[in-house]
Amino acid sequence: MLDGNAIAGTLSAAFGGDMTLVVSKCGGCGARGPLAETAVYVRAPGLVMRCRSCDAVLVVVVERDGRYCVDIRGVAELCTSTTTPTLP
Amino acid sequence: MNWSIATVVDVLAETHRTASIVLRVPGWPGHRAGQHVDVRLTAEDGYQAQRSYSIASAPEDDTLMLTVERLDDGEVSSYLAGELRAGDELELRGPIGGYFVWDGPFGGPLMLIGGGSGIVPLRAMLRHRIARAGAVPVRLLYSARTLSEVIYHDELLAAAREPGVDIRLTLTREQPDGWDGYDRRIDRDLVADAGFAAADRPLVYVCGPTAFVEVAADALVSLGHEPGRIRTERFGPTGR
Repeated sequence: MLDGNAIAGTLSAAFGGDMTLVVSKCGGCGARGPLAETAVYVRAPGLVMRCRSCDAVLVVVVERDGRYCVDIRGVAELCTSTTTPTLP
Repeated sequence: MNWSIATVVDVLAETHRTASIVLRVPGWPGHRAGQHVDVRLTAEDGYQAQRSYSIASAPEDDTLMLTVERLDDGEVSSYLAGELRAGDELELRGPIGGYFVWDGPFGGPLMLIGGGSGIVPLRAMLRHRIARAGAVPVRLLYSARTLSEVIYHDELLAAAREPGVDIRLTLTREQPDGWDGYDRRIDRDLVADAGFAAADRPLVYVCGPTAFVEVAADALVSLGHEPGRIRTERFGPTGR
């Protein structure tokens, strides 16, 4: 198991920008967190991102011949976030 | 973000399972400490395999360096850390990632916690901190199984002599005679002893195998560190 940091390149290619700081809300349990923190499985058919709280599938990314198809049924919401950690 | 061709300048043996690959990448835009690149290998029959690797070099370094751990079942890592030679070419894209990064202006104190090859992006942050010669206090807690598996050993010893830099090692499986560092797996007491106090509000970066990161992150939160100031990067047995 990896996390969202490891597939940042593929997400960036699919979405057109860095996605690791984007905060997702799980469509199953409602937990929120940056995509960098999701549990990622790269040996499934496609890349599978799962909720770290309830294990529901959030996102599946399939690549073929340089084209990307992203299944986001498991996500209730995607929100941009600040680019810096919580500062004092 | 497009794939570009990098040329291998040098391959350095770090430990018996890890090697550092020094690369020249025409048009490289620069990177932030903690970022990754994706490396893609293409076989003669067109089969492609792609992996993400942390950048080991600091933004200030002249060349890009990756440090790769050779995994037993690693079809990419066994090539990169076993067969690759100076003069070879690699396809890569990057820099990638905006989450697990530390820029000087973020400040500190800076707490780095690494397990195994999880030291790689932390090395970039440590070098970045030292290159800036800033006043940000930094502590590194690095867990390895044995002394011979400590990546960047000599460099870390030298770094520990820099002002404001505190480096602690824990060797979990085997310790040399007279070892005065830590000798156990990471736990709450180790994080409390080696780390900054929560009241100091450090920025904490944790990188390592999934179980290692979970223990460290849980310990940090239970010690009162703010989740918003803890950033993590996990890897498993596959596809580092």
